[in-house]
Amino acid sequence: MADTTNSATPGTRRQMLAEFWFYFRHNRGAVVGLYFFVALVVVAVLASVLAPHDPILQDRSALLTPPFWQQGGNVSYLLGTDAVGRDILSRLIFGARYSLFIGVVVVSISLVGGIVLGLVAGFFGGWIDTVIMRVMDVILAFPSLLLALVLVAVLGPGLTNAMIAIAIVSQPHFARLTRASVLGEKNREYVMAARVAGAGQMRLMFRTILPNCLAPLIVQATLSFSGAILDAAALGFLGMGAQPPTPEWGTMLAESREFILRAWWVVTLPGLAILITVLAINLMGDGLRDALDPKLKRS
Amino acid sequence: MIKFILGRLAYLIPTFIGITIVAFGFVRVLPGDPVLLMAGERGMTPEHYQDMMARLGFDRPVWQQYLEYLWRLLHGDFGNSIVTKQPVLHDFLTLFPATLELAFCAILIAIAIGLPVGVLAALKRGSWFDQVTMTVALVGYSMPIFWWGLLLIIFFSGILGWTPVSGRISLMYYFPTPTGFMLIDSLLSGQKGAFSSAASHLVLPAIVLATVPLAVIARQTRSAMLEVLGEDYVRTARAKGLTPSRVVGIHALRNAMIPVITTIGLQVGVLMAGAILTESIFSWPGIGKWMVDSISRRDYPVVQSGLLLIAGMVMIVNLVVDLLYGLINPRIRHR
Repeated sequence: MADTTNSATPGTRRQMLAEFWFYFRHNRGAVVGLYFFVALVVVAVLASVLAPHDPILQDRSALLTPPFWQQGGNVSYLLGTDAVGRDILSRLIFGARYSLFIGVVVVSISLVGGIVLGLVAGFFGGWIDTVIMRVMDVILAFPSLLLALVLVAVLGPGLTNAMIAIAIVSQPHFARLTRASVLGEKNREYVMAARVAGAGQMRLMFRTILPNCLAPLIVQATLSFSGAILDAAALGFLGMGAQPPTPEWGTMLAESREFILRAWWVVTLPGLAILITVLAINLMGDGLRDALDPKLKRS
Repeated sequence: MIKFILGRLAYLIPTFIGITIVAFGFVRVLPGDPVLLMAGERGMTPEHYQDMMARLGFDRPVWQQYLEYLWRLLHGDFGNSIVTKQPVLHDFLTLFPATLELAFCAILIAIAIGLPVGVLAALKRGSWFDQVTMTVALVGYSMPIFWWGLLLIIFFSGILGWTPVSGRISLMYYFPTPTGFMLIDSLLSGQKGAFSSAASHLVLPAIVLATVPLAVIARQTRSAMLEVLGEDYVRTARAKGLTPSRVVGIHALRNAMIPVITTIGLQVGVLMAGAILTESIFSWPGIGKWMVDSISRRDYPVVQSGLLLIAGMVMIVNLVVDLLYGLINPRIRHR
């Protein structure tokens, strides 16, 4: 009886998935975003196979070669080369790895941290709740990028520290969302039933209540995923994220700033990669929200 | 209402203390000797070191140091910059108008375009206008603004040659700046061409900074309008024969504005984060660039107090928005 929430049989679960897919498919943008995202994952996984060149190999005979369709272009460097003769296409392909990796790591850390804090705060209430939420308020009082910058200044520039900083900054959103859902759920009958049936606190928190709070968290996770990619690129751009010669998109942009009026491709392409990736994920996020949360349905 | 205001103020105090703890702790968790970091000197004589340590208070217990830090803050002492040797507060106040001017213009652009677009998109739901504007809004929301700024520079400054690349005004002009707002000061100076120079310097950074808030406001306005338009009281207003403009303007828009105002208030933090990037790209002499420069120069007193001042400012703006919110929505006030 303690399993009231987990009584979904495989049949109904499949039904739920079908329903989810039905709504998700309805949103054309979301499907396009999903296809692009899957393609990006494939590119990232197969980067070493797909990339025509080594992303950090410098070809001194081909500095700032334009893309192949422009005069002076070269088919062996399809999207041209940067100021030290590295193949831009290969760097973009490997950059996809970093961006997805950043998104996964940041979202995992902040999701787990936020869920645990939010569950504890919402479930126990009282002073524990006050302390946790106040700390979250303090983190949220700082503009996220500024706090991330200062954290990186403390920890030292680099990709790992940038990811930790961004995770810390984005974690309060998850904590707040989880807490709000837990407050809405914890006095419902099924929780009471589970409690009466003798479920322990851990079980109540993680198995009874949590699954019913997941929908908004999943939507927030996609938003944080794209936000993490943007923030990491911004930190890279400011010289505080991934360090050269790492083919991270924001870092590539930072290195190319001085050539903006001479070699458009060095500047345009990495930014375009960031934009399209973030856009695809946000499109997916919109679709997920429509599919998971009928109350918030926009169109 | 007074009770509501006091309640909100009381709510802020623990958060403010938390912020001071973060700013205070920041220097102490930095790798390296805090005395050397805060003094910004290398190769000190031991006597000088002892002197600095006593002056900065690092020889006392941490709690005492913190209380003293708070005491100094309450007296307006935010420390001195290692680089400029000026009080941090002085530098902040000198640079802040530049950021304020930029942020104000940006949020003005965002509201002036975002609100009508959102309302129209909701009214013409499903039309090509709705689809195009909402797609553009999502692109704007996804935009890496540091790249967007570079693109605008390439196009408007590089190819068309319309706008300058950096700074607030052409070096040709020199006049006193009583308000600190270049647009106003250039008008007051009466110099020919000064205002247009200031405006042309401002336009690109303002557009860049406005991009994300504009997208957020347009999307939020649309969904708030859609929600309100489905309400019973709107149907009633329609049914009793009010003109569509009255239904939309009075019944729908007013109620839809409540969540939109919250959204606009939340953009303050977004604007500050955006100012860091925008000011760095356009060499705009505001507090965003000041913070980035101070971090890379290791001017830690500036980073410490700048962090505190910016967070404090965001908090105060959020408080004002909260109060405004209570003003237009009595339900919040009386809860």
